[in-house]
Amino acid sequence: MKISQVAEILNANVLTGEDMLDHEVHSACGSDMMSDVLAFVKDQGVLLSGLINVQVIRTLLMMDMNCVVFVRGKVPPAGIVDFAAENGVVVLQTALPMFESCGRLYCAGLGRKDQPEEAACECGCCSPAEGLNGNDHE
Amino acid sequence: MSEALHYHFDVDGASFANAGRASVETKKLLRQLGVSPEIIRSISVAMYEGEINMVIHAHGGDADVYITEDTIIIILKDVGPGIRNVEEAMKEGFSTAPENIRALGFGAGMGLPNMKRYSDEMHIDTKVGVGTTIELWYHLNK
Ligand SMILES: Nc1ncnc2c1ncn2[C@@H]1O[C@H](COP(=O)(O)OP(=O)(O)OP(=O)(O)O)[C@@H](O)[C@H]1O
Ligand SMILES: [Mg+2]
Repeated sequence: MKISQVAEILNANVLTGEDMLDHEVHSACGSDMMSDVLAFVKDQGVLLSGLINVQVIRTLLMMDMNCVVFVRGKVPPAGIVDFAAENGVVVLQTALPMFESCGRLYCAGLGRKDQPEEAACECGCCSPAEGLNGNDHE
Repeated sequence: MSEALHYHFDVDGASFANAGRASVETKKLLRQLGVSPEIIRSISVAMYEGEINMVIHAHGGDADVYITEDTIIIILKDVGPGIRNVEEAMKEGFSTAPENIRALGFGAGMGLPNMKRYSDEMHIDTKVGVGTTIELWYHLNK
């Protein structure tokens, strides 16, 4: 899935990294505890975090992850966004809570081995076809 | 060891915001030296955990990186409180971190196990009231 699709599915604002929205991500991890994130090395993943501080960005850098989503409508201070920008990290921000953010991305196929990314989801909340094919209804 | 490259970093124990700088710098250096991405990531994760531990548990200390043809050694040395029971500290989930540290995203009790997982060898030398030195070894030609 492209980072642009992650942003679309989560109705997220792109705070920095506009030029990297075409990059592919293959997995996601949602946690506020950085050592839990550091325990599961995965390539090209997205980190969803309810916690905002500079260590969240450093954790991504250590893991070679290139996209963070700050959930629950929390707005990171400019210093954090600048630090991410300097280091080539995309920062997204969504009003959705952690649980729903993870759920939507999972429904849309992110990080799932069992289904192709185009998988239809039955939950009705996330309409992956819309997010993935870009067929805007209005 | 005569041809070893050596880099030294002071780890500032007074600043949580600066914790991890040595690891970020080391990662850049290893990239420049052409070390494989997989090894770089293991070193990054383990060193970062160790550096954070020095700041949140031990008032900072010294981080030294030694690089030879076939081995990379990271030495993290502090003169903090020491670890009372290493076996217990190595267990996933064991943490003495207070609530204010947990609010910063640390204190899951995963750091030392992660360091072990992401190193070829880990040696802990610690004494209560004296300090802790942790060595992380990586063999490059496995
Ligand atoms: N350098 C150190 N000096 C003194 N005590 C330490 C040091 N490093 C670790 N410890 C002790 O060992 C415990 C376990 O460390 P570990 O890194 O596994 O977990 P943590 O730091 O508490 O949480 P996390 O690493 O998940 O954020 C710590 O809570 C602390 O009591
Ligand atoms: Mg730790």
